[in-house]
Amino acid sequence: MSTPILEVNDLKKHFPIHGGFFGGRTGYVYAVDGVSFSIAKGETLSLVGESGCGKSTVGKAILRLFPITGGSVNLDGTRIDDMPSGTLRPMRRRMQVVFQDPFSSLNPRMRVRDILAEPIRNFGLAKDAADIEKRVGDLMDRVRLPRDAVGRWPHEFSGGQRQRICIARALAADPDLIICDEAVSALDVSVKAQIVNLLQDLQKELGLAMLFISHDLAIVEHMTHRVAVMYLGKIVEVAPKRQLFAAPKHPYTEALLSAVPVPEPGAQRERIILTGDVPSPINPPKGCRFHTRCPYAFDRCSKEEPELRPTEEGHFAACHLHDRPASENPLAGARGAAVIAHH
Amino acid sequence: MALLEVDNLQTHFRSRDGINRAVDGVSFHVEARETVAIVGESGCGKSVTAMSILRLIPEPPGKIAGAIRFNGRDLLKCSDREMRDIRGNEISMIFQEPMTSLNPVLTVGRQIGETLRLHQGLSAQAAENRAVDMLNLVGIPEARRRVREYPHQLSGGMRQRVMIAIALACNPKLLIADEPTTALDVTIQAQILDLMRDLKRTVGAAIVIITHDLGVVAEVAERVIVMYAGRKVEEAEVGRLFRNPRHPYTQGLLGSMPKLGSSLTGVETRLQEIPGVVPSLKRKLEGCVFASRCAHATDLCTKVAPALEEKAPGHIAACHYALKDALAA
Repeated sequence: MSTPILEVNDLKKHFPIHGGFFGGRTGYVYAVDGVSFSIAKGETLSLVGESGCGKSTVGKAILRLFPITGGSVNLDGTRIDDMPSGTLRPMRRRMQVVFQDPFSSLNPRMRVRDILAEPIRNFGLAKDAADIEKRVGDLMDRVRLPRDAVGRWPHEFSGGQRQRICIARALAADPDLIICDEAVSALDVSVKAQIVNLLQDLQKELGLAMLFISHDLAIVEHMTHRVAVMYLGKIVEVAPKRQLFAAPKHPYTEALLSAVPVPEPGAQRERIILTGDVPSPINPPKGCRFHTRCPYAFDRCSKEEPELRPTEEGHFAACHLHDRPASENPLAGARGAAVIAHH
Repeated sequence: MALLEVDNLQTHFRSRDGINRAVDGVSFHVEARETVAIVGESGCGKSVTAMSILRLIPEPPGKIAGAIRFNGRDLLKCSDREMRDIRGNEISMIFQEPMTSLNPVLTVGRQIGETLRLHQGLSAQAAENRAVDMLNLVGIPEARRRVREYPHQLSGGMRQRVMIAIALACNPKLLIADEPTTALDVTIQAQILDLMRDLKRTVGAAIVIITHDLGVVAEVAERVIVMYAGRKVEEAEVGRLFRNPRHPYTQGLLGSMPKLGSSLTGVETRLQEIPGVVPSLKRKLEGCVFASRCAHATDLCTKVAPALEEKAPGHIAACHYALKDALAA
């Protein structure tokens, strides 16, 4: 097996909370608390979960937008989380990011040409001005924007077109890995489809690896090869797409799937409505973090934290239920179809 | 007589560079106890329609024309004072962002009680007791303690429950919910939709739900109105609309939505795209509003605006070429 393009081991990010009269540290937000996964070359891994589960923090930690608390991040076999910033620079070129809001992530005072030329210039990817111009033109073609729009300002474009510019800017550095942090969440349905299709085409054409961070399970199912589900700073389940959607092996994944509204009036499906809210990551529950909302929790769950363990080939889940005999394990069968919809 | 009848509603905004026709000739009705969904993308005029019903549009720069009859009474002819008696009492509204629509310096009990004291003249004590009942109704645990709390002490889902409690406090006949679950996580969204379905049964108010999410529409609505560029383009009973959409825009919307469970069927399909972008509403649109993005558009479409036509019983669409069932004479 070749080296994965990205390898994350036991990644931790704890944000200190300051308070009180002297502004001393009063606690930590355990935003990401021991997350491990890897992405192969040309593969898409999706990180899904609800707000506050730490999925965006994982993305930012990989990009070294802040220092991490513990663990390691390897890009193509080279450890980057403790690299001094000087040597990190060429590595940064290899991983680029597309953010959620295309309105705030483009500099309103730069023309599209300059936005796209900046990474090319910064990383010294072009020989001369003519080469830069050519590369900028190629990028516009890639994201299906008219070449003559390079002289325009970001405000002259619609949301979907701006997201295309953001994607072009990410591609400008010729990366191996693109991190999409809710990259299509702010877009309207019809425009979302355009961007999803574009991202899929680009991935096939350029062989990019992608970390697709999203809360939208239907989009994820459409886009991805593998899925990792996060809850309160931990990954609770990782599996290839089809396995995860057909037979979720963690109660949280099952509940998430059942909560997504399906555009099929009168669809008969089993509903699992979780009670209560996501607990605070400042003081996560003892034992399994999901046991306070889990419909299947038993006494062991509040005492002992389950580890992420394989349930079958390539499928990992962190749940004590899988230690029980199949007759007492509600997740033993293929539950996906039942909670999504009966066709 | 329908509970609410909106007749040729036109809400225009004057701006420096021309008139913005946010809503341009929309008509629909809502029966008592019925749930109607208005769907469309941002800028299609769905929220402005809702705000117009309650006359929450600032005039000027806005201008509302047409007729909005609630129980036979034209709301556009009511005085400001009469409108105040209707808002929150007979018609109430739930907004998208529960954080910004609650007052951060008043306890939730005060905010629920406010409508009761204003419209039903309850005493402070009676209003608080009723607020506790309302919190129980919307499923907030420890209601006695929660009425004394402030919005920042509640989670997003709880705040939306409080918004619903405020909206339902005076037993309105019509509840307008503008993207009530858009700001919430899916598991919380499922809780709120479930609550709305339950409450509809117990309280018996008619609901107009405004959303861009066709999944939410399929879950709660009985009848659907599809809006595009300030116009109504299609209307039908929910099952019929999803099974057999007639307008190319509705077909495009449904096709561009990835379906959960798509990987289980074994066939990987591309999402259908609607090319282009929504047209600007600053100038009067000639012909069909969707013509510039429609794959089937012809000369006729760019010149003549299609009228809303009954294509099947109870199913109307504004398209020259939409298939039409043979209607029984």
